[in-house]
Amino acid sequence: MLGLGVDRLQADINRLLASLFHQGVLDEQFLQLQQLQDETSPNFVYDVINIYFDESEKLLRNLRLLLMDREFSDYKKIGLHLNQLVGSSSSIGARRVRNVCVAFRSASELSNRPGCLRGLEVVEHEYHYLKNMMHELFQLEQQRILAAGVRYPM
Amino acid sequence: MVCEMETDQIEEMDVEVLPSMWPENVGTEADKQFNVEKPAGDLDTLKEVTIEETPTIADLTRLPELMNSTQQGSSQLTNLVKQWEYMQDNAVRLLREELKNLNRQREEAEAKELKIIEEYKFESNEPENVPVLDETSDLFRRFRQKKRDALVDSKKIEIYEEFDTVAYWKQKASNLEKMLEASTERERRLVEKLSESLKTMESQSAPVQELTQNLKRAEGFLHFILQNAPIVMGHQDKDLRYLFIYNKYPSLREQDILGKTDVEIFHGGGVKESQDFKREVLEKGKASKREITFTTDLFGSKTFLIYVEPVYNKAGEKIGINYMGMEVTEQVDKREKMAKLREDNAVRKAMESELNKTIHITEETMRAKQMLATMSHEIRSPLSGVVGMAEILSTTKLDKEQRQLLNVMISSGDLVLQLINDILDLSKVESGVMRLEATKFRPREVVKHVLQTAAASLKKSLTLEGNIADDVPIEVVGDVLRIRQILTNLISNAIKFTHEGNVGIKLQVISEPSFARDNALTADTEEQEQNENAIPCLFKKYMQASADHARKYGGTGLGLAICKQLVELMGGQLTVTSRVNEGSTFTFILPYKVGTSDDYSDDQDEFSDMADHQSEPDDTAEGYFQFKPLLGSIYSNGGPGIGNDFLPHKVMLTSPIKLINGFVADPSNNTGQSEMLQLENGGYVDESKLETSSDHCPESAHQYENGNGRCFSKESESCSSSQASSEGGTLEMESELTVSSHREEEKAETDLKETSKPKILLVEDNKINIMVAKSMMKQLGHTMDIANNGVEAITAINHSSYDLVLMDVCMPVLDGLKATRLIRSYEETGNWNAAIEAGVDIKTSETEQVCVRSTNRLPIIAMTANTLAESSEECYANGMDSFISKPVTLQKLRECLQQYLH
Repeated sequence: MLGLGVDRLQADINRLLASLFHQGVLDEQFLQLQQLQDETSPNFVYDVINIYFDESEKLLRNLRLLLMDREFSDYKKIGLHLNQLVGSSSSIGARRVRNVCVAFRSASELSNRPGCLRGLEVVEHEYHYLKNMMHELFQLEQQRILAAGVRYPM
Repeated sequence: MVCEMETDQIEEMDVEVLPSMWPENVGTEADKQFNVEKPAGDLDTLKEVTIEETPTIADLTRLPELMNSTQQGSSQLTNLVKQWEYMQDNAVRLLREELKNLNRQREEAEAKELKIIEEYKFESNEPENVPVLDETSDLFRRFRQKKRDALVDSKKIEIYEEFDTVAYWKQKASNLEKMLEASTERERRLVEKLSESLKTMESQSAPVQELTQNLKRAEGFLHFILQNAPIVMGHQDKDLRYLFIYNKYPSLREQDILGKTDVEIFHGGGVKESQDFKREVLEKGKASKREITFTTDLFGSKTFLIYVEPVYNKAGEKIGINYMGMEVTEQVDKREKMAKLREDNAVRKAMESELNKTIHITEETMRAKQMLATMSHEIRSPLSGVVGMAEILSTTKLDKEQRQLLNVMISSGDLVLQLINDILDLSKVESGVMRLEATKFRPREVVKHVLQTAAASLKKSLTLEGNIADDVPIEVVGDVLRIRQILTNLISNAIKFTHEGNVGIKLQVISEPSFARDNALTADTEEQEQNENAIPCLFKKYMQASADHARKYGGTGLGLAICKQLVELMGGQLTVTSRVNEGSTFTFILPYKVGTSDDYSDDQDEFSDMADHQSEPDDTAEGYFQFKPLLGSIYSNGGPGIGNDFLPHKVMLTSPIKLINGFVADPSNNTGQSEMLQLENGGYVDESKLETSSDHCPESAHQYENGNGRCFSKESESCSSSQASSEGGTLEMESELTVSSHREEEKAETDLKETSKPKILLVEDNKINIMVAKSMMKQLGHTMDIANNGVEAITAINHSSYDLVLMDVCMPVLDGLKATRLIRSYEETGNWNAAIEAGVDIKTSETEQVCVRSTNRLPIIAMTANTLAESSEECYANGMDSFISKPVTLQKLRECLQQYLH
């Protein structure tokens, strides 16, 4: 909180991002997102990602509800949900979530229930991993901003 | 015969293997019934029989009668008879066997005789030396010898004389004679034995003797068993009078008991119960057990386990009960002690776990508090910076509107700061450490500011009213921050839970005798639709009316708890009255002191942050404020407008307008309107207007942007609610009619202005994609409208003309391909017939207006997610001009815009 760790924090952020890219969790689309952030929308990335998480949370919950239903047969609805998820994931550059969603969607197109369930598990796992990582990233970012904002009287 | 022998043996063996405890001389089969190891038959009846001879109280004359009359008695007798018969049968069988034995012996003897005679014949016919002395004959002879030995007990006739002489024959004859004699003698002895055994049989099997013996044995057994048993047995007749009783330790004499009932004999607790129990058994005809505690003068307090069974006579009618009681006082005591111990144990365990839980919760709470405190601290520092800056800003030269904005900003900031402090101090409040300040303040201003702040963030069609009685002093002394906090809390709660109508603060002075010299100030806040059943937990911390409420309204649930504690800390009280569907009133009464008039002038600066005296000189005496919902009124009016001459939304019917709500008059409010526009036009945002309006006042526009985003996501909901709210009040309508006419004109103007810029429509259902695309467009220097699906897109295109459409392919309601087809068909035919056929609702009157413009082909660019269903060929086939593969990047967008926008 004394504003001394700005560089260290920035290094941490870069390291974290690099590892996320390396793992394929994120792709260049995320950089696009960062490019869009400027003075007029200083929290753009954060806002978008937050909305993404809100929406995805809802979608995942719906998917789980749909799939948990014994009498379930509405693969079309699942497909719609997944389209949404694929779309928004690719928009923010969440590559791994997107990829597992695509796999999930192809299972749903084949009306393959076990495949769908497995797909859901994987998507949820990836989603939570992404969420954790993003959380960490934003925390670092916030700390960095706070640290960068500290000024000492000369 | 052999078979019979065997069974006989087995029976005897049985007796050996399972030795009875009866004397050995009566070891007949029938006795096995009384074998302890093999209990069989009617044991109870036996007991009854033996009672006759026990050395205790018994009605001997009645017993035989009873035995004769009752079913059990008769069954007892038949049982005895059966036993006797069985024994007789057995004796007969034994005798027969004996006879058979004797017969067999006789037969053997006869056979032997015959053999002897045969041998004699043989010997006489075939002399021994006839065969040649060879081995075979020797063998044969030996064999014969053996055979004879087996038959005739190796009794060889020894003849010493020479063969075939007279002496020889003589000797042989005499020998044979001797053998015959012996045989006869044996036979005689056997016959004797037979008659003797017959005699003993006869003497033994006299039935009466047998029975008596049995009875004696049974009695002996019972006596042996029962002599020290703490058992009372008895028989009672239909009227529950004792006919006989057996009691090892009799405390009453025979005549005291017999012929009487329990109730007649004893007095005290339990007697009646046992009597009732016996009667019950008698009535039900079913034997049962019960534990009854007697407290009688006779033997004190004792618990008996009582067994009662009904007794029937031969005809099957109930004639009484058999009764058996055993004292179990100690056992019951022990059992109860055990139960109590166990109970104590369980209670202790439960308490322990509860305690553990509490400890755990306390720890958690401590941790949470710690975290909250740290967090609050972290928030406080930057926030104080914000407020400080705003205060500095307020010292600079500002126009009236800006100043008012700043005032609200500062007071809101103050409030947040204060709230954070309160979170930090909550523990202090609870432990009573919280310090109150005594400063002079103006209650009217406080009320006004609270309402103003609330109105600024109001999203519902509510009217906020402040009503301050005339006798309320201009200045009072108290902790203004806390009072503000209480009011703000109550008002924000009221707003949160009121869906339509009024929310207001009334302030009046009441004289409360208990407050001695102080007057009391009451403030009522009203709110609608408070759920009545939730009242008891209203004031609890973190407690919300129900889980549903929490989801619906959000919030920490801390508000009312803090209010109550604060009010109580100030020596007042907070109460609530509520009626479902009619509203709730929260009333708090606080003692106050009036500030002296000398201080009045000095304090002006102190309150400059709350109200600008120069701009609003009459404010201090103002007694009535009303704040109309900004959004609600706009909702009801519809059309867009840039409101530089926007009418303030105030209807002051009761008092003259002296206060102008800065927010209403401020042009920056158009951000709110653009939200509105989006609703009016069926769901797309006129982004350009947001931009232009926010140019006026960037700070406030920014402030609204967050709200804008939220409203965005709730579009469809707020649309319907706005319609409902517009029907709310009738009073407002008049003033707003004029406003709407202004707007109509302005709309035309803005439309003209904006045609110079390229208009882009984004049709996309995914919020994230919308956000990203919008932001990219912004960077490229463009704005765009949003439609969430094909239908909205068609409606938007119908309403105004666009230069470019970015169309998502996969969408709910109406997908991009179909929407494009419909748009193309409109361009060709000049009407929306195809769309109307497809079920899209389009107003025809407006169609005619726009019809003229639709001569050019509208560039539609597909946005595909590269799935099989969204191939580029299909896009082209449906009339799209180009396509961008998702995810959209700045580069792609830029190229696309360059190509299609000139």
